[in-house]
Amino acid sequence: MRFIVPLAIFIVLVVVLAVGLKLDPRYVPSPLIDKPAPEFTLTRLADPAAQVARQDLLGRPLLLNVWASWCSACRIEHPLLVELARREQVEIIGLNYKDTREDAAAWLKAHGDPYRDSIFDPEGKLGLDLGVYGVPETFVIDAAGVIRYKQVGPLTPEVWQQEIKPLLARLAQPRP
Amino acid sequence: MKRAFPALLLALALGRVQAADTPFEFADAATEQRYHKLAAELRCLVCQNQSLADSHADLAQDLRDEVYRMLNEGRTDEEIVGFLVERYGDFVLYRPPVSGTTSLLWFGPLLLLLGAGVVWWRMGRARAPAAAPDPDEAAAIAALKRSRNEES
Amino acid sequence: MIPEIGLFLCVLALALAVVQVAFPTIGLWRRDAAWLAMARPAARAQFACLLAAFAVLVHAFLVNDFSLVYVAQNSNSALPWPYRVSATWGAHEGSLLLWALILAGWTLAVTLRDRELPGDIAGIVTAVMGLVSIAFLLFMLFTSNPFARELPAPPDGADLNPLLQDPGLIIHPPMLYMGYVGFAVPFAFAIAALVSGRLTPGWARWARPWALTAWLFLTLGIALGSWWAYYELGWGGWWFWDPVENASFMPWLLGTALIHSLAVTDKRGTFKSWTVLLAIGAFSLSLLGTFLVRSGVLTSVHAFATDPARGVFVLGILGVAVGGSLTLYAWRGPKVLAGGSYEPVSRETFLLANSLLLAVSTATILLGTIYPLVLDALGLGKISVGPPYFNLVFGLLMLPLALALGWGQFARWREDSLRRLWGQLRYAAGAALLLGVCAVFVLDGPTRITAAIGLALALWVALSTLVGVWQRCAGRASPLATLLAQPRGFVGQVLAHLGFAMTVAGVCLTGALSVDRHERMAPGDSVELGGYEFRFESLNEFTGPNFQADEALFLVTRNGRTVAELRPQKRFYKVRGMPMTEAGIDAGFTRDLYVSLGEPLEGRAWSVRLHYKAYIRWIWLGAVLMAAGGLIAATDRRYRIKATEPAAGVATQEA
Repeated sequence: MRFIVPLAIFIVLVVVLAVGLKLDPRYVPSPLIDKPAPEFTLTRLADPAAQVARQDLLGRPLLLNVWASWCSACRIEHPLLVELARREQVEIIGLNYKDTREDAAAWLKAHGDPYRDSIFDPEGKLGLDLGVYGVPETFVIDAAGVIRYKQVGPLTPEVWQQEIKPLLARLAQPRP
Repeated sequence: MKRAFPALLLALALGRVQAADTPFEFADAATEQRYHKLAAELRCLVCQNQSLADSHADLAQDLRDEVYRMLNEGRTDEEIVGFLVERYGDFVLYRPPVSGTTSLLWFGPLLLLLGAGVVWWRMGRARAPAAAPDPDEAAAIAALKRSRNEES
Repeated sequence: MIPEIGLFLCVLALALAVVQVAFPTIGLWRRDAAWLAMARPAARAQFACLLAAFAVLVHAFLVNDFSLVYVAQNSNSALPWPYRVSATWGAHEGSLLLWALILAGWTLAVTLRDRELPGDIAGIVTAVMGLVSIAFLLFMLFTSNPFARELPAPPDGADLNPLLQDPGLIIHPPMLYMGYVGFAVPFAFAIAALVSGRLTPGWARWARPWALTAWLFLTLGIALGSWWAYYELGWGGWWFWDPVENASFMPWLLGTALIHSLAVTDKRGTFKSWTVLLAIGAFSLSLLGTFLVRSGVLTSVHAFATDPARGVFVLGILGVAVGGSLTLYAWRGPKVLAGGSYEPVSRETFLLANSLLLAVSTATILLGTIYPLVLDALGLGKISVGPPYFNLVFGLLMLPLALALGWGQFARWREDSLRRLWGQLRYAAGAALLLGVCAVFVLDGPTRITAAIGLALALWVALSTLVGVWQRCAGRASPLATLLAQPRGFVGQVLAHLGFAMTVAGVCLTGALSVDRHERMAPGDSVELGGYEFRFESLNEFTGPNFQADEALFLVTRNGRTVAELRPQKRFYKVRGMPMTEAGIDAGFTRDLYVSLGEPLEGRAWSVRLHYKAYIRWIWLGAVLMAAGGLIAATDRRYRIKATEPAAGVATQEA
């Protein structure tokens, strides 16, 4: 009887390892899903005098896209964002993360600006509160300011079609 | 595989080569010790398995700065750890929390040890007489033993 | 042209491996010794082919043949030639070729000695090792071909990872592989016992030197890795419980259990099922380690560039090899592996405790290493398991082990009494206890209690070992001659146990007594640490063969006398665009003085880490002693057996 135990344990181990092959060990899921977006007070990228705070995110579901001019992967998703803003009328707010105003403005000029607005976060404070660990990242925030989804890495058409678009549609429906 | 792609690109995203490694000044030895312990037990999220203390990544420096700032504000270790877990989840802890899902992790070794103890006890206790050894084998063993020293 | 020859040689080696498996299998089935005997030349020819193929790959690196993808990815014309040679095993594909070569080498060694075995057992052993060869050669040829070409060839290569451009990294992987692969021999031998349905009288005696040799190489490999990490990574640490480190440590722990369990089965014929299981387990963990390192399932600083497709292949190898052997164990074990008896207090009991504790430690490390994966797979969240967990749990498990060691190496076979043991060892126990108590008061810091316990146990092990030596040698006409005349198995045991005590002591002392500082320093600044003064004298720039470096000169003085000049560097490797730090270390038996440069700050200031590492060399010296003990024990003359019985039921040719 005891001779079967090692084999049994091994079978369990192999199953675990096989499942593990499909997972990404470096992906960090966000603990902020279904929690309210954090409070913050920062300035607009375009206007150092204009303040922006959490309440400006309320009222309608939107995407919050974390980007920076020094981020090479951001360039990969940027055309998709521009198109989403234009064609699908998606509201995208940018979070310019640990950047300078000049570099950020120049980058937007060169690659297009899909953002209704960009928040300027030079020290990454809001990024820290959002649990940002690698740009680009995109959050889906609902009308009440609750985070509903987090995309780590560039946004792809598949993720848009399969995850975010249906989610935004659900969030847009008026609650009873 | 869908998830591996973003991870690969994360590496690209961190395109800035500049790294960070600022030494801190501490008010007293106790705070310094607390800082070292925290930095060693918190994980750098963008690294391939390094603690906050050992990593040169930008984010690691940011998080070290946060830990330092909170220590100077007088927060407790639990508050500092809780702050980071709120934002990054349990992944950031090298000492996993003791909870329902990790109970097997924390108590497993003890169970294994107890199990081994039981095995050891039973094998040392009343042993049923072993099956009579094969007579040829016994003779061969005896022959081998005779032909060389048996000591140590 | 030449690399294609290398590829052809690998294919030829695969064909020979198939012969190496098929012929003895047919020989067993038809009970024909002629077929059985074909295994030997096939194995030897396989080794020759792989050696030549390996030489071809090394040659490609030396002549900078960048038309080979593997060379282009891991070398550069500016890379110094020793590193071009070691780049051969610096990444996945080439290291697989090394793995296959070393396996063929071990098989060759077995064929040189297997006339001591019954023919059918020798045949099965060679065939099993051949099966492993086939698996790895197929893996290499189908998914990881080191001879793959890309034309047109790039003008230059991507350089070897700067972390690997270091002498320690040249010998660390070959040592490790010698160990991992070496455990295939006892593994094959265990399979042979199960398949043939009998555990021959000399089974354990034959297997012991093989297990010991594999074990000693693995000991050295792990020690080298730890030492390398210490001086190369710049933060003064020497073990991080990283998944890949754990992947090497687990086979070592089971291998240690195996060599001790083999001693029992050899001397007393008991623990057969346990020893066979350990033999299967040690090699299985080697295979598991191969999987963990190359599949991308766990994050690690050590992992090779990974590919889940390769992971599937290795998982397949793992499943077949380990699953097959454990199925065989479950099926044939009960019949083949019964017997033996011993009293409650005897050397057997202590050795059983040793085996069980090592097995529990192995299982615990495995649990901690894959637990994050398990939770993730079940969708229960993402956690990390790191040094705080492993240090606590492993440390606790080592306590009873060290305790048992002292008693166990002293106890008599089959029957002994606690009273006799206590009589012999009470002074050793008392001294250890005294040391522990003193240490609690002398040391300070958060780790002092655990360090004190560890030191007490280290002294306990050392003293009980020495009492054993004294017992045999004192009071004789010439104690020294008596000592030298002891069987090598005993001498090896003494050395290895003393080495273990030294390592444990080193771990405790370095944890408790080391101090470090992280400072902002500019030339002219001075810092005091551990009774020494470290003065940042100057900063220079220089250019190496494939890097640009800033080198600082630190003068270390004590009471005004110069103790050392340390030259830490911060290098920037141009081709890969990677920074590297080279620490400045003054090594000593009781302490290391360690300085490493962090990042440049404003002006001429740098962030500098300074360490006073107490007794850290003891950790690796202890490991070297353990390996030396293993080597001496492996060469014990009593392990040379003549073939005393013909193969069971196999027709032999005319003599």
